Amino acid sequence: MEIKEQVRFDPYVPPKLGDNIVDSIVGWGRKYSIFMYPFVTACCGMEYMSVASSHYDIDRFGAGLPRFSPRMADVLMVVGTVNHKLAPILKRIYDQMCEPKWVISFGACASVGGPYDNYAVLQGIDRIIPVDIYIPGCPPRPEAVLDGLMKLHKKIQNQKHELF
Amino acid sequence: MTNEELQIKFKERFPDFAESCIIDKGHIVAEIPLEHMELTLTTLKDDSEFDFKMYMDFTVVDWMERKPRFDLVYHLYSVEKNHRIRIKVGITESQSAPTMSGLWPVADWHEREMFDLYGVKFSGHPNLKRILLYDSFKGHPLRKDYPVTKRQPRIESTFPTRDSQYQEKDLKIHRGD
Ligand code: SF4
Repeated sequence: MEIKEQVRFDPYVPPKLGDNIVDSIVGWGRKYSIFMYPFVTACCGMEYMSVASSHYDIDRFGAGLPRFSPRMADVLMVVGTVNHKLAPILKRIYDQMCEPKWVISFGACASVGGPYDNYAVLQGIDRIIPVDIYIPGCPPRPEAVLDGLMKLHKKIQNQKHELF
Repeated sequence: MTNEELQIKFKERFPDFAESCIIDKGHIVAEIPLEHMELTLTTLKDDSEFDFKMYMDFTVVDWMERKPRFDLVYHLYSVEKNHRIRIKVGITESQSAPTMSGLWPVADWHEREMFDLYGVKFSGHPNLKRILLYDSFKGHPLRKDYPVTKRQPRIESTFPTRDSQYQEKDLKIHRGD
């Protein structure tokens, strides 16, 4: 119990009583060292660039370094329209990522197909891969993205972490 | 050259199609039968009076119930003389149009796109296959009789399909005539 008192390191997600101490510590470490794979396909990419650069600065949330190889990344950020032609590629990238992995669906297109309900566009990436956080908006404001990121932090902090 | 001058010149040069050559909303439009299309476009490009060296755009219109069903629409521009023309060529489903990729190399991809989306065939094209859609796609999605709600996913969806917002019977197709 004494150790539990000492791990009150997180300002906005304090460990709850009865949390697994290992999960809390690993979750804390993982949520502040997010390596994102930006799967940028369309106009939402502009907003991703805005949130990634100095004005909004996702580095404050520990997600500052994009990795352009799925093997090095642990958060797949799907930014923009995904059509049926691209769907197998997205699935393959998801499959190539190592566990633990999370998926953020950025914008209306990635979440539900957005304005495009037609023959070409996949109506939401959750048809083919599991999604953890949906960020709504066309495109979402950078604040909304940061909010989504904080929700992902919460999720990582509170989930179970398989170490071996 | 102004539109009026160009129209007069066009009528002199191609008296057979003079009637169809009109000025519509500040743009010269001429309709040409399919069998004369190749010769006419070649003349328009090579003749120094017309000098349409630039192939601006190429598209297809599907009129569904009209005969012939499709219109090929060419937009040409002359950089030297700063004038434009729009050429329309009617074509049925079973006919194939001569390719323009020999005259303007850029026509190659334009024609592939129109083959992909409308299923219009071009004879003599060096590489007539789909350019935007995947090879396993069946049908031509911009034809008016392609069902609006039809989807052809490449990966089995793990999620029940959302009802589309549109019902086919509600869809009104705009027709000019
Ligand atoms: S959600 Fe809007 S801004 Fe984002 S990719 Fe789709 S259309 Fe573009």
